[in-house]
Parts: sequence; C-alpha cells; structure tokens
Amino acid sequence: MALSGMRGLSVFISEIRNCQNKEQERLRVDKELGNIRTRFKNEKGLTPYDKKKYVWKMLYIFMLGYDVDFGHMEAVSLISAPKYPEKQVGYLVTSCLLNENHDFLRLAINTVRNDIIGRNETFQCLALTLVGNIGGREFAESLAPDVQKLLLSSSCRPLVKKKAALCLLRLFRKNPDVVNVDGWSDLMAQLLDERNLGVLTSSMSLFVALVSNNHEAYWSCLPKCVKILERLARNQDVPQEYTYYGIPSPWLQVKTMRALQYFPTVEDPNTRRSLFEVLQRILMGTDVVKNVNKNNASHAVLFEALALVMHLDAEKEMMSQCVALLGKFIAVREPNIRYLGLENMTRMLMVTDVQDIIKRHQAQIITSLKDPDISIRRRALDLLYGMCDVSNAKDIVEELLQYLGTADFTMREELALKAAILAEKFAPDLSWYVDVILQLIDKAGDFVSDDIWFRVVQFVTNNEDLQPYAALKAREYLDKPAIHETMVKVSAYLLGEYSHLLARRPGCSPKDIFVIIHEKLPTVSTPTISILLSTYAKILMHSQPPDPELQNQIWAIFSKYETCIDAEIQQRAVEYFALSKKGAALMDILAEMPKFPERESSLIKKAEDTEADTAELSAIKLRAQQQASNALVVTDQRPANEPPQVTQLGMVKIPSVDHTSVDQELTEANGNSHEVDPQPDVLGDLLSPLAIEGPPAVVSEEDALALAPVEDQQNSVKPIGDIAERFHALCIKDSGVLYEDPNVQIGIKAEWRGHQGRLVLFLGNKTTFSLTSVQAVILPPSHLKLDLSSVPEIIPPRAQVQCPLEVINLRPSRDVAVLDFSYKFGTNLVDNKLRLPAVINKFFQPIPVSAEEFFPQWRSLAGPPLKLQEVVRGVRAMSLGEMANLLNSLRLIVCPGLDPNPSNLVATTTFYSESTRAMLCLVRIETDPADRTQLRMTVASQDPTLTFELKEYIKEQLISIPIASKPPVPQPPIATSDPGALLAGLL
Amino acid sequence: MIRFILLQNRQGKTRLAKYYIPLEESEKHKVEYEVHRLVVNRDPKFTNFVEFRTHKVIYRRYAGLFFSLCVDITDNELAYLEGIHLFVEILDHFFSNVCELDLVFNFHKVYLILDEFILAGEFQETSKKAIIERMGELEKQE
Repeated sequence: MALSGMRGLSVFISEIRNCQNKEQERLRVDKELGNIRTRFKNEKGLTPYDKKKYVWKMLYIFMLGYDVDFGHMEAVSLISAPKYPEKQVGYLVTSCLLNENHDFLRLAINTVRNDIIGRNETFQCLALTLVGNIGGREFAESLAPDVQKLLLSSSCRPLVKKKAALCLLRLFRKNPDVVNVDGWSDLMAQLLDERNLGVLTSSMSLFVALVSNNHEAYWSCLPKCVKILERLARNQDVPQEYTYYGIPSPWLQVKTMRALQYFPTVEDPNTRRSLFEVLQRILMGTDVVKNVNKNNASHAVLFEALALVMHLDAEKEMMSQCVALLGKFIAVREPNIRYLGLENMTRMLMVTDVQDIIKRHQAQIITSLKDPDISIRRRALDLLYGMCDVSNAKDIVEELLQYLGTADFTMREELALKAAILAEKFAPDLSWYVDVILQLIDKAGDFVSDDIWFRVVQFVTNNEDLQPYAALKAREYLDKPAIHETMVKVSAYLLGEYSHLLARRPGCSPKDIFVIIHEKLPTVSTPTISILLSTYAKILMHSQPPDPELQNQIWAIFSKYETCIDAEIQQRAVEYFALSKKGAALMDILAEMPKFPERESSLIKKAEDTEADTAELSAIKLRAQQQASNALVVTDQRPANEPPQVTQLGMVKIPSVDHTSVDQELTEANGNSHEVDPQPDVLGDLLSPLAIEGPPAVVSEEDALALAPVEDQQNSVKPIGDIAERFHALCIKDSGVLYEDPNVQIGIKAEWRGHQGRLVLFLGNKTTFSLTSVQAVILPPSHLKLDLSSVPEIIPPRAQVQCPLEVINLRPSRDVAVLDFSYKFGTNLVDNKLRLPAVINKFFQPIPVSAEEFFPQWRSLAGPPLKLQEVVRGVRAMSLGEMANLLNSLRLIVCPGLDPNPSNLVATTTFYSESTRAMLCLVRIETDPADRTQLRMTVASQDPTLTFELKEYIKEQLISIPIASKPPVPQPPIATSDPGALLAGLL
Repeated sequence: MIRFILLQNRQGKTRLAKYYIPLEESEKHKVEYEVHRLVVNRDPKFTNFVEFRTHKVIYRRYAGLFFSLCVDITDNELAYLEGIHLFVEILDHFFSNVCELDLVFNFHKVYLILDEFILAGEFQETSKKAIIERMGELEKQE
C-alpha cells in the first residue's frame, strides 16, 4: 500500500477508511478535530512536524465534507516557517482552505511578498502559486510589480517565469489596472518570442486575457501569434515532450487561435495569407483515427480553427468547407463530436449566408433533439431555436410541441418558453400563434409561465380579427375532461371578453359558456376564482336581453363570495354585484378591455436576460450580442395603437416582480377605493379587476357612489385607510401599502439582512394628471443611517416611480424614522408625515435556541441592567396562542418547552446593529391565567440599551394603545428636527 | 478558465478539490455534491460534457474515479478533456501505475502535482517530462 510518508496521517486515513458507516466516520473525525484543537491551543511542545501533520489532517477532513472552522491561523502561520517542508504545507493548505476574501490572508501578505522577492527559487514558486490560485484585489495592488519583474527577468528559470505569467493573469483579472497598457504591448510581444513552450503556454493565457480587454494595444502581437501557430501546425522545432499523441501542443494551438479571435480582422495581406494556409491545413488535414486521445486532441484544434474561420468571415470557399465539416459532425455517432458539431453550428448562425445550408440539415438536427443524452438534446434545441425563421417556424415549433410531451422536466420550461417565443416571432398568421400557445398550455401547463398567457391575451385584445377565433378555440379546450388551471384562466378571460362573438354557434350561448366555465370553479385556486368572477360579470353584461335565470345564478355566486376570506375575491364579488344591478351603467363599466400599448415582448426579454459569466468573453459571443438586437425584431403584424399617455409611461421604471402581491395588498387594504391601477404593465392590466378609464373626477356621482365615499369628491385630500394601521401592518410584513389617498399610493417593499436593510418606495400617481413638486424627505432618528435615492419632482400620469432607501442600524433604539412626503395636486399642497416601518424588530433574525444553550445564557445575565423585569398591566385581551403568534410575527421566536409552566412563553432572537453586532436576546413572559390583562416580562441581552429598548418595544406591542381614528392633518412645521418630537405629534 | 477541479469516486468521496474562484466552505461542499450527482449516473456512451449552472463540466471516468473540470461555456471542451487525460498520465507516471489508494494516502502529493500542472485556472505546463522532473526536485527538498 502506498504510504504518505507521515505515519500519523496514514494511520488516520486508514482508520477513516475502516469506518463501517457514516456515523462511525463522524465520531472518528470529531475525535480527531477535538485532538487537533487541543494541540493547537497549547502550542508548547508542538514541533513543526506535528503542526504539519495536523494541518494535513485538517485538509483531509475538509475534503471528506466536514466543516473545519478552526486551525486556519495555524495553516497560515506555517507559511512563514523557515524550512521548506513546513512552508510548503502552509502554502498548500492555505490555498485549499481559505479563499481570497478571508481576513487571515492579509496577515500573510508580507511573508508572501518576501518570498516572491527573495532569492530562494523554491519559495518563490510556492508564493507565486498561492497568489495565482487565491490572490485577491489586495494582493493585486501590492504584488503586481514584483510579479512582473520576475516574469520579465532574464535570470529566472522557465519554472519561475511560467508561474509568474499566470500569477500576473490572476492579478489582472482581479484588477485590470495593475497591467499598464502602454508599456505592456512591447513586453507582451517580447514574451511571445519565448522558445520554451511551457513558458509560452502560460504567457499565451495571459495574452488572451489582456487582448480580450483591449485588442487595440496589441496589434503588434498578432503576427507573432500567427508565427507560433505556423510553428506548431507544421511541427517545426517542437520538442518531443510537447507533442501529445503526435500533435504539437494542442493546448497552445487552441489558446493561440483563441487569442486571434479577439482581433476584429487580420489586415496585413502576408500575415492573413500565412494564417489562412495554416487554417486550411488544419481543416483539411484532420482525420478521424482510432486512438481516442489523438482524435480528441486533433479535433480540439480543428474546432478552434473553425471558430477562428467563422470569426474572420473567411472566403466563401473556406466557409462552405466549415459548413460541410459541421454537417458531417452532426451526423456522426461519436457523442462528443456530434455535440460539438451542433454547438458550433449554432455559433455559425451568426455568419451570414449559411442559414440556407444549415437548413438542409434540419431533419438530422431534429433527430438529435431525441437523443438520450440531455447535453446533446440541449445543443439541438439551441440550434433549432437559432435557425428558426418564417420559412421553417411551423415545422420547428411543431417538433418542439411534440417533444414537449416526452421531454424531461428539467428542459420543459425552457422548451415551452422557446416555443412561445418562436411562435410569436415567426408566426405566418396569428391564428396559428394562438393555436400554438393553447397547445403549449394544454401539454405543459405547469411549465408555461404567466408571461406566456398574458402575451396571448394581449395579441388577441389588439387584433379584432383574431377574437372570434380565439374565443372558439378556448371554448373547444373547455370541453376536454381535465384541463390545466392556466387553460382555465386564459379561456375564462377570452370567453368573458369575446364569447358574445360566438353567440350564434351551438353550445355558445351565454348560459352554456357560464355553465362550462363554472364547472371548473371548484378545482381552481384563489387567483383564478377572481378571473372567473370577472368573466361572469362580463357574461352577464353580454346576455341581452337579460336572462333572469342566469342572472340569479350569477348573483347567487357573487353574494356567496361577498364573504370570502380572500380580500381580492370579496371585493370583486361586492363590486360586480352592485354594478350588475345598475343596468345601463354596467355596459360602460364592463365594456371590452381597450387595446394594450405595444410593448417589447417580456418573453423575448426574458430569453435575452440569461447570461453566462466567463473569464473572457469570447469574440463570437460578443458578436452574437451585437447581432441579437437585429435578430430579435418582432415581425410587425399588429396595428400600433397607443394611447397618448403611454409614451410617458414607457420612460418610468416599473418594478418587474411581485406585482400580484402589491396589487392585491392594494385592494385588500382599501375596500372602497377608486379602482385606478398604478401599475401600467401586463400583469397589472390583466389581474386588476377592471380598468376604468378616465380620472375619478369625471365619474358621475351616481357611479361614484359604488366606488368611493362621497366626501372624497371634496377638495381637501384625505388619506384612504388608516395610516397608523398600515404602519403597524408593515412593522410585521415586508411589503404593502404605506399610504394612499385619491391621487397617490405609496407602496413599500423591504429586504432586511443583519443590521442592514433596503427599502423600496413605490410612488404611484393614480390620476391622469401629473403630480408636481413631489418631495420625499427622510427625518432619521439618531440610531439609523438612511440614504434615500433622489425622488423625481414630477410623477407622470398613472406612473409609478421607485425610490430605493438604504438603511443601516447603528445601535438599538425604538425610535422611528419619518418620511415627509408632499406633492402638489392642482393648486393643493398635500403634505404627510409618515412613520417608516424600519423598526427594531426588522433587525431581528430569529433563531430557535435549545435548552442547553438557553439556560446558561439566562443565568449568566444575572440582573439589571442586562436583565430587566417588569409587571405589565393593561395588556390587550389575547390568548396565549395569539400572544405567541404576535411574538413570532415580530421575529421573536417562541421556543416551546423551555419553560415548564404552560402559561409562560419563552422567546429568543438575534439582534443586529453596527455597535452590538449579532446579539442574542432572551425574553420570558409569565402570564396569569386568571387575569389576562397583566403579565410579568423579563428581557435579557448582553447590552443594557438593547435590553431596555426591547423590553419597552414588546410592552408597546402588548398593551392596547388607542389608535388615532382621525387621519393626521398636515402639521405646522415643527421647529425641532427631533424625530421623537415629530412622532409625538403624529400619535 | 477552469473554475474548479474535482476528483471523486463513485460513492461521491472527494479525493481532490481545487477551486480557482472564491467560494465559501459550505458552497464548496454543495458544489461537490451537485457535480457528483450530475456525472455519476451518466451513461458511458454519453458526451463528456454537461451543463452545470451557468458553466459546463468536462468530466472523464477512470475506473471508479471521476475527474471533473468546471469551465466557461465558451471554452474548448476537447482541449480540457485531453487536459484531464494528461493529468492522469502524469499521476500514472509519478505513482507508477496509479490506483485510487495512491491518491487517498498521498493526497498532498496530488495537490503538489496539480499545482505544477494548472495555475490560476489555466494550463501552466503540458510537458509530462517537465512536471515529473520538477516533482523529483521537490521530493529532494523534503
């Protein structure tokens, strides 16, 4: 058996190997870690040999998958050992256990530098290797000049030079400024004259990185690369040790050709001729041989040559050779070559004039779409997607649809998205597009994102000719026995809008439509029910003359849902019920949805957004990105019909996530508000119950009754909903509405992490007029650092702007930040001071604590000021369960079972602030079952202020504070800027 | 650029793991788990390339050991595939007829060899002879 040369280490490894099961292994590892920990703690008597052995063991344990959370210091300290064996272990283990962001590395930076500039070549190599593998920005700034010196030195052995080249590459990647462009082009040219192929291989990698960043500076290196390539391809002066299965260093050949792809072209005719000769030789001279390694190596070179030819847009003859080769490759059995054939053919699509030749291989490519290997299937899918155009869209999309039924789950979403995009981009006629999307939903409903069905609704809404067809199709799908919920949504929506166009067909009377849709209701989820209710309202409106039986049926449903627990459904039910009794007014309000403004397809955007990150962006890819903008122009077959206000909306940034939740909270929070949707996007349009055109002011009084309280028609602007309640709700939620009045809605969305937070304020203008003189000023309490990005002075009609707000918690405090928000509506100045929900519990991170952890802590915090106790009276009436829920919602996690008395609660959390860092907080509440209005509360933490503030905060939450029922009126300016005083005014 | 190199056996035990990008400990263990799951059940008749997150893994199996390199999407697959083989040849030469146990008990040597072969995620030396000679030099210093 091979032994490591260190007995202790070998014995340990053997013991681990002899463990019968994972549990034994863990025990053995834990024992060893304990042993190492003790030995490290008491460094006396620890020989360098011991240290080395333990550090190796640590690395071994780490490799087994266990966390090693100590001993890093020992590994780092070995770096400064005077002798090679220890030093080597120090360097090696450090570069495996730590990463560039680790603080300990900073401690080593001086030793590393001394080794780099020192005279000991072995130490130089160790230091260069460490920096090359895990050096970070700081290393880049302090070591780059020394590393450069070694690379350019005439006295260094090749051994050191090649390490220095790659070390510099690492530092350049961390900070491109460390290589000074002006001086470097000549030096780089010099480096490319290197005869030693090891050094040249390393230098070529460095060169690829430099040239990818800025090719202009390195034109002088181009002929040198061609020379190197010639030397290798002709096998001139290549030592035997650098040929691999008879092929002169395939790796250096590949790297050299990669470097050449970063130059836009080769202008010098001589160089160009030489290069093309070499490329021609590679293209023609690569044969398939039996030896796998030789084959792979020669094809590695061949594929790189293909990429270079494509990049150079070579002569037509050479290009057709490439296509012919690729056509051959995609038909071979050998999977790697077939894979690469497909991949490179996809790249080739970027070159003009080859589309038609590639199309000839369509059948072959479709075969690969059914290959058992997912890697090949993915390449085939990419290629089919890339080669699709108007001429073959029908065939390709149909193939994709067929394949969707059998494709594995990991690919279905991508397939569905790609099929939808192709159908949209290249539809020969729109009815085909509708067919495709409905088939897609039918076959793979789970993988069809909402974007896809929103898009089809947009198309149908905007194309009158399409409406009867779409409605008919939707009606047909409803006859199928089990349909996907997305299909229910899209059919219900389409039939609600357009089923009246089918009315004369059998089975399409309003009543029939209603019955068949209503059958689906018991099986669908809440958001879909909302859509169904809208459909019913529309059906009702379209059934003229009214059918009393149908009317009663639908009314019964509306009144049933009037008490639904879901606020959105409830609101729709109430409103539709009221509206449907209004007779003629119903016709106006429930009229067909207006056309959607033309938008860039969110699907295509989604497809563009997926980006891989690479060390160097390849030239081909760069070009692909440049061309993408041309390639993705949507065939314009739709009438452009934009309401004038839309252009302005387009300029405003609209949040792309979580509309539904914000949207729902919007309506949830104000049962009787105006229905004006502040989010002019796809989702908002479709999911909001009804879009009412025109500003609230022009709604006739009769109609307004159902929608808003009459007093809102008056001049002064009053908030909708209770501001204090909204604030309290937001203290325990992270998103929702902070403030709303007839003109404005302020939504909030927050993310908290440790002592930091990021809030986004969504300022929405609900009216069709611009809001001017918009101002948002934050009055921060002293314990918070708040940074609000600038707020635009004007919010365009029906637009929403986002203002991010960064929060840093400096120390524990219950004080609250205040947002002073004002705007002008007409001549009225509206000013509100709103408390921001950046409250103390947002900086809690709940962690459940076990009894073993809790009690020692609890005991060690003996008494005031770290542990405070208080009897609280006037507690809100709530059960113990409700109280536990309240604590949990404040992110104070109740730990059941810690307190033996069932009427007591124990809760814990971790509080984060800049001054305290993470700090454990312990809370105990003892209630009196006989008198629920009082309790005794004990709070403990390591920080007296935190203990006090937390105690007071919980108290505030437990006792009932009378909430001001009157909304605050604009305050006269208060002289002091103390937010506490402002707050007092608010309460 | 090579993002990381893993050497794992069929059971998923890691025999060597080298990262050229900064990852946290827990993330490293997660990556090892995921890559093992990704490659272990692939048919030998399949390609040696498989997508992994936004990169791709080039892997090759030798007896019960999987050698996996994670590289950029645009990198030359076959060049890295033969890079794996060259590494195996070097190991084979160094341990004269290498087997998994050699790599287990001499994992520290394997790291040393790797550091002579690849640096900063790029090939540093592709001459087997040069690397073996260098290892001889280093052994003398121990």
